[in-house]
Amino acid sequence: MIDLTGLDTRPAQTWGAMRLVPLVRREPIEDLRLHAKVYGDEPSVVFLPDKTVYTSYVPHAFVASWTGDGTPAAAYGTQLGQPLRHMCIRTRRRMARRVDTNRLRFLPLHLAVEGFLALHFGGPVIAWEEWSRHAIAHGLSARAEDAYTGAEVRGLDDALKVFEIYPGQCGLLLYAGDTLASAFVVPHPEDYRALHPTLIRDLYGELVYEYALFYPARDFPAVIDETTVSSLADLRAQALLREREWADFHGSVMAARLLQAPAHVEEVYRLGRFTLSRFLPAFERKSENHIGETIIDGDGRLAYLKTFRLSEAQSRRGHLLSKLAEHGWSLPETAAALGTDAAALGMRLKGAGFGHLLRQDVLDGYRKAVNGNRRTRRGGGTSPPA
Amino acid sequence: METYADLIECEDVLLFANAAITSTGQREFHSAAGQQRLSLGFLHRYIHGNYPDLYAATLALDINDHNAAIVIATLLAHPGQGDGRLIARRLARMSPPRVYRLFQRLRHDGVNNRRTRALVREWLAGRPDLAFDAVKYRAGVKSAVRHVHLRLPGELGDFLFAPFSRARYETPVLEAWRRAHYDKAALYELPYTVAEGFAARHGISRMVFLERIAPKLTRLERLRLAESASKDGLDTEADLAAMPLVRLASYVLALPIHTRTRRRAELMGALRAAAARVAGARAGTWGNVAAVLDDSFSSFGSPVKRRRPLAVALACHYLLEALAGSYRGLWLSGRTDPLQTRPSGPTPLGHRVLDALEARPGMLVIVSDGWDNAPPGLAGEVLRVWRRKLDPGGDVGIVHVNPVYDADQFDVRRLSPMVPTAGIRDAEDLPALVELARFAEGRTGLAELRAYLADRAAQLEAR
Repeated sequence: MIDLTGLDTRPAQTWGAMRLVPLVRREPIEDLRLHAKVYGDEPSVVFLPDKTVYTSYVPHAFVASWTGDGTPAAAYGTQLGQPLRHMCIRTRRRMARRVDTNRLRFLPLHLAVEGFLALHFGGPVIAWEEWSRHAIAHGLSARAEDAYTGAEVRGLDDALKVFEIYPGQCGLLLYAGDTLASAFVVPHPEDYRALHPTLIRDLYGELVYEYALFYPARDFPAVIDETTVSSLADLRAQALLREREWADFHGSVMAARLLQAPAHVEEVYRLGRFTLSRFLPAFERKSENHIGETIIDGDGRLAYLKTFRLSEAQSRRGHLLSKLAEHGWSLPETAAALGTDAAALGMRLKGAGFGHLLRQDVLDGYRKAVNGNRRTRRGGGTSPPA
Repeated sequence: METYADLIECEDVLLFANAAITSTGQREFHSAAGQQRLSLGFLHRYIHGNYPDLYAATLALDINDHNAAIVIATLLAHPGQGDGRLIARRLARMSPPRVYRLFQRLRHDGVNNRRTRALVREWLAGRPDLAFDAVKYRAGVKSAVRHVHLRLPGELGDFLFAPFSRARYETPVLEAWRRAHYDKAALYELPYTVAEGFAARHGISRMVFLERIAPKLTRLERLRLAESASKDGLDTEADLAAMPLVRLASYVLALPIHTRTRRRAELMGALRAAAARVAGARAGTWGNVAAVLDDSFSSFGSPVKRRRPLAVALACHYLLEALAGSYRGLWLSGRTDPLQTRPSGPTPLGHRVLDALEARPGMLVIVSDGWDNAPPGLAGEVLRVWRRKLDPGGDVGIVHVNPVYDADQFDVRRLSPMVPTAGIRDAEDLPALVELARFAEGRTGLAELRAYLADRAAQLEAR
């Protein structure tokens, strides 16, 4: 359950197809801060004079030299404290894939999303005979998902540039074409100020990219009913009411899907009073699906939040995988649960890009069965001319 | 009898006046330079095409030099349009580099009719020291002289077109220029901008150069160099109080916060003195005035117009303080010390307008770029309900002045149709703009607007 208590919604600012909704914290969280030396070589320890606990977190988006031999490494998901789990970046492959060196930073984000999905979907837990040796041995690792960097999302750079940051602002909800694209919350306003421009380097789903090409987002201009006003105090009350109305509307309508309980929450790490968890959506089709990470402090306050909105195709894949996981990766059982047969499910898996996980001979059998079925349905026609 | 066409004409001209006062074709916070130029170019062609006489008459208004130059170039390209004397008057008020740039533009456009040539000749003849101009604005003078086929007497012609044909010049400044090529001492007799180049060529250290060139600095150069020179322990003796008000406000805002605190008394005194000079005889006559001043993040302007909207707001603050009997200035961020102001945060105009109306001032001036975003449109609603329900008689005069041209709307952004909005460039124009805003309210019509323009032209003539 994502709880935005303690974060006040302020009126949105629109630019092009983008709507940016600021979240303001009345009391900033002081003892969880961005790691001061993300790109540094040596581990840094901060001693605070007042002997309070100082906890840092490593957002999954950064590349740093954490390895002993100084080769670049990316954090494997967001972590608390000193970065422990990381994956090395194969430089040669990177150079082949990247055009210019500045784009180095985008790579760990990809890794993050890929690694992130892999963390949840380890692959078959029971070695059913349909699954290929690769699937059993490596799970779903090295799964690639497509995403767009913020720089590719039309109008996002201008929207972030002309956005007027509120005093005490600790978060931002980003809408494209009035669908929630991404949520971002940090513990302290200074962190937010430092990270506001990095939103342009974040990853956004395909949906967001396409919605950004749509019509401009409209402001919801305040309207005051003049019949209710008879004094300046009334007018002031009306003005405050308009502001509160927007916050309520935003919480109950615009961000409702995000705030609803995520289907699966995995507690990843606990450090001091902070808990880092990752969450997955229910993968309902034709609705909003967000994956993301949260850090929650002992009082249940949200200290950090970052979400990624899945595209329609990604939701579909997630749906398939979650169903498989639910039924112990058994194809016949899953198929029964989905109301279809194993062959059709096999073809759906192939269509979703998971064909390499099934043994080739099993897959061929499924294809034959499905094609055969179709042919008999069409009245027993012969195979099409080559 | 007002006709519909009259109203439209009146509105169009005011639209153009607002644009021509605020836009300089440079980048703004919300629009790029290209958008600004495109939008402004359209307006010029539209007004010139439909109302050529009113177009020419706008020269009498306080439109900025950028637009005045475009108007003059357009008028000169169309023989028989515009009043020659008014153009000459406007040219005399423009800064020389801008006039030379205008002449270069005329040359580029191939505008070379008799009136143009006469105008350029007359303007050049009216320069106090053409030899000095020839040194300081060499390319400009050369281009203008070529364009109008002017035969310059004696040395000056040689200086421009064959500078090394003479062994020595009789005119001191020309001679100094010739000697500065090899004599380090001679360059200190040249204008600062020219001497700077020679100093670089001779490898003179910046500190020595600034110290010795100091007497030659112009008023604005003194101000501009004051900070960098003071790092080397030099004082350019910039006379802050003598600066134009908005320029001074820009200077103050460019200083770091701790410097502003340290020099508080000096800066405050200079701003007050400049404001009192602008207010002149009107000081203290405006009664009870409140102001809502925009210091939101968008008042940063753009890298090419750094903090310009904020500087206008700061200048208005001090000017209104001088004009009003009793004055209350409210900054959007809630800061109370105008000297510490800086562009940050959102634009909650609605709430601040309410705060200002609380005390029922005689007049409310809103200085803002009109992007009301916290929540959007609230300021307009507050002003509407206030006018309709709480103050139908209009006891509180409300004026919105806007320093930023909105390229998409071909006008400055308005807060509400109930409140007149006028573009503002220099705080000095504020009294005149409050007059102009009456026309925007629609209470007075085209005849009055024409009379007003004629009156302004006559005033300009008399100045």
